[in-house]
Amino acid sequence: MIVAQAADQPFIRWGWIWDHLDDIGGAVREHLLLTGIAVGVGLAMSLVLSLVALRWRRTYAPITWATGILYSIPSLALFAFLVPITGLSILTAEIGLVSYTLLILIRNIVAGIAGVSAAVVEAARGMGYGPVRLFLDVQLPLALPVIIAGVRIATVTTIGLVTVTSLIGWGGLGFFILRGLNLFYSAVGTTQIVVGTVASVVLAVAADLALVGLERVATPWARRRAAI
Amino acid sequence: MGFLGDVLAWFTDPAQWSGPGGIPARTWEHVQLSVFATVVAAALALPPAMWLGHRRRGGQLVVAVVNIGRAIPSFAIIALFLPISIRLGLGLGFWPTFLALFALAAPPMFTNSYTGISGVDPALVESARGMGMTDRELLRRVEIPLASPVILASVRVAAVQVVATATLGAIVAWGGLGRYVVDGFATQDNVEVFAGGLLVALLVIGTELALSLLERRVVPAGIHTTSRADLEIHAT
Repeated sequence: MIVAQAADQPFIRWGWIWDHLDDIGGAVREHLLLTGIAVGVGLAMSLVLSLVALRWRRTYAPITWATGILYSIPSLALFAFLVPITGLSILTAEIGLVSYTLLILIRNIVAGIAGVSAAVVEAARGMGYGPVRLFLDVQLPLALPVIIAGVRIATVTTIGLVTVTSLIGWGGLGFFILRGLNLFYSAVGTTQIVVGTVASVVLAVAADLALVGLERVATPWARRRAAI
Repeated sequence: MGFLGDVLAWFTDPAQWSGPGGIPARTWEHVQLSVFATVVAAALALPPAMWLGHRRRGGQLVVAVVNIGRAIPSFAIIALFLPISIRLGLGLGFWPTFLALFALAAPPMFTNSYTGISGVDPALVESARGMGMTDRELLRRVEIPLASPVILASVRVAAVQVVATATLGAIVAWGGLGRYVVDGFATQDNVEVFAGGLLVALLVIGTELALSLLERRVVPAGIHTTSRADLEIHAT
């Protein structure tokens, strides 16, 4: 009966959007916050793990293997494991989100730094660069395009995944998608699904473009785009 | 005992092992949809990717496909197609979930196969042409065998992600193992949620292992298999 009712409803009710701009703004802020924390923490952890992998090459395979397993656990299942322990807290959401950034970021950081020309590293050593300065002043800047390419993938992926955290009480724009699903037979429901989806995709594209801009600013010597 | 004891009790309850809501039936539903979505995605994504890779054309298209695929969350696709599917008279659950899984699986298969084929050593392609091979022969006898580790790995990674994401179908009233997780969340039954998560994770790991084994058998001797770290991927 509900199903038959659905066909008579308009798909989008524009008035709803105008009336809820504040709610949408709040959801965007929560979405960005959840994404920012996840990518920030993920980047810090990945840098450490990548340095370990670069220093002791034998650890690279186990690190990618372990983060690969984390990556293949479905988000919903991961939340299922965490909820009994950490409840419906932001920690539950972030553990899940951070887990998914690790493989992407480590892969790109290691590839970026390992890809710095051996001749350049040799020249820097010859000029008396110690390991720390070599890393900070030579390897890291030269690897930056590849690292930022990884951050772009991780950010776009995370923005999509944040919508799933609506099931554990967070979700940013995913909140509208979930609430819309519960009202899917009505125009108010479909409107919210569309708003949540479109806003989340727009956010992903905007964040991606912002990172492209950041890369151009951060690597003025190289105007070429890194291979993804 | 406590929580894990409750989980054990859940699994040993005979009621979980029979009927349409039992673990075997739910697993079968989960596998059916996953296989269907993966096979359709492979059938539609691999041939054009291989052909474009062979012509070494369409690199821009490949990048665009992946980026779009990555920006649209599976959860949103499922939600968006639920009302559309109902309006078209296709019912709840199955088709929205199928579409989301298809959209998840096709882009990485497309890109990785393209990259695999177009990355075949040009010297080998040149010598094959020098031996008088036609485009078809070149693709079938040189490029596809050489790129087979990458192509198969891309199918494996996509299949694993499909199995993982099929869990979300339960949100739109489709069955599968996600049912336990979603119903558990709804009734605040952490034991059922945890058990459901465990079943999905086991199925994901099983898929990964089964396809890795298959890969080892299919890839021609002398060509190495590809690790997950070398592929375009997409989280769920």
